[in-house]
Amino acid sequence: MAIVIVDYGMGNLFSIYNALDYVSGNPRFAHDPQDLNGADGIVVPGVGAFGSCMSQLSRFKDSLLEHFQDGVPMLGICVGMQVLFDESEENPGAAGLGWISGKVVRLPDSVMIPQMGWNSLSIKQPVEILNGISDGDMFYFVHSYYGQPVDSSVIAATTDHGVEVTAAVTKDNLFATQFHPEKSGPKGLKILKNFVRATQC
Amino acid sequence: MLARRIIPCLDCDLGVPGGRVVKGIEFKQIRYAGIPWELAGKYYEDGADEIVFLDITASAERRETMTSVIKKTSRSVFVPLAVGGGISSVEQAREVFNAGADKITLNTSALKRPELISEIAEKYGNQAVVLAIDAKRRFNIEEGRKVVQTEKGPCWFECSYYGGRQFTGIDAIAWAKRAVSLGAGEILLTSMDRDGTYEGFDIPLTDTVSKIVNVPVIASGGSASPDHMLEVFEKTNASAALAASIFHFGEWTVGSVKSYLKERGVNVRI
Repeated sequence: MAIVIVDYGMGNLFSIYNALDYVSGNPRFAHDPQDLNGADGIVVPGVGAFGSCMSQLSRFKDSLLEHFQDGVPMLGICVGMQVLFDESEENPGAAGLGWISGKVVRLPDSVMIPQMGWNSLSIKQPVEILNGISDGDMFYFVHSYYGQPVDSSVIAATTDHGVEVTAAVTKDNLFATQFHPEKSGPKGLKILKNFVRATQC
Repeated sequence: MLARRIIPCLDCDLGVPGGRVVKGIEFKQIRYAGIPWELAGKYYEDGADEIVFLDITASAERRETMTSVIKKTSRSVFVPLAVGGGISSVEQAREVFNAGADKITLNTSALKRPELISEIAEKYGNQAVVLAIDAKRRFNIEEGRKVVQTEKGPCWFECSYYGGRQFTGIDAIAWAKRAVSLGAGEILLTSMDRDGTYEGFDIPLTDTVSKIVNVPVIASGGSASPDHMLEVFEKTNASAALAASIFHFGEWTVGSVKSYLKERGVNVRI
């Protein structure tokens, strides 16, 4: 069994690799769409701007959708969560994957941008991947934009940074976080452990 | 609400195999504290919110030792890691990021060539660039200086570089503002007057800088007790407190400091 990390050339993936390795996720990288074949779980990390992420990710688009529809557990992280939406204020005109309808918007100017640091979760629904995580547990965020889903029932957790920020979304076999579980200490590792467990079912 | 962060700092002497953590007093006398990746692991287990590694030897030929320290640490420490000391090009920053660092801190090289801040920020994002400032109180007020009122009278703050060995004549407060406009995502603000003295943070300095920049400010230099951390969080907008000696040699752990702060109403991650 293996968890495949989509490497679409957007920077440092060692952290997520090391964290998945630590929780026995047996990670490997996918450099091409066919590398996703046989994956028991897929992680879509994200670094950099929405537009450049999407242009690099576009060649994986069809393969990712196929695996998503086949029920392969998927985890999006940070910009890897934002690309699930239709579009982003960061790069108007760049189309996202559109798996979750809604828009990615900029944090208001009244708060510190980027939001950088540890903030607490407010859990909106008891999904399995959040087993062992409680309201108020803190996770590490670094971002200037956040997703606003049309259908709020996909929101799994929020955090308060002057406005209510979508911190995690869930849809079928997909889970995605705005925060970085791989940089969020033991609680972050707990989420990754739960994800690995889901891939083993 | 974002939590206030507690950040242990590892001053690394990389002149011995594998490196060693040391701590100086007012940038001088040196004490040995431990092995870098072992101490990082201990502080992570204790609840550190982030860990800073500074190569105090800051020499290009020893960067390989630093990257191996970071590689080893990042396999089992899952909080942000920042690395500084002797990074003077995008290429050198890349080596450190590729080893597993999340942020790099710049000091001397940014003072010598401020565009370096923009170059690294454009490639890795503002959040990945921390500007470190070593500031020294100067009581000879000159025209054009940003004057700050302190318990010892009005002063301005001069930036030092080369690990505190040379002074630049540059106003630290003006430099903090300029660095942020160039793309620095965070300021690591060290008081040279307080560093290693155990007298507490320089409150006027930290207060002034954390009010004029809209990025997080990490207070550094002088803390010897959780009371000093409480003071800096109550009296200034500092986002984080950085300390070395209190954790290396003192009776306090990262966890006990955080419990102390939480009991007194500071928002910290337990």
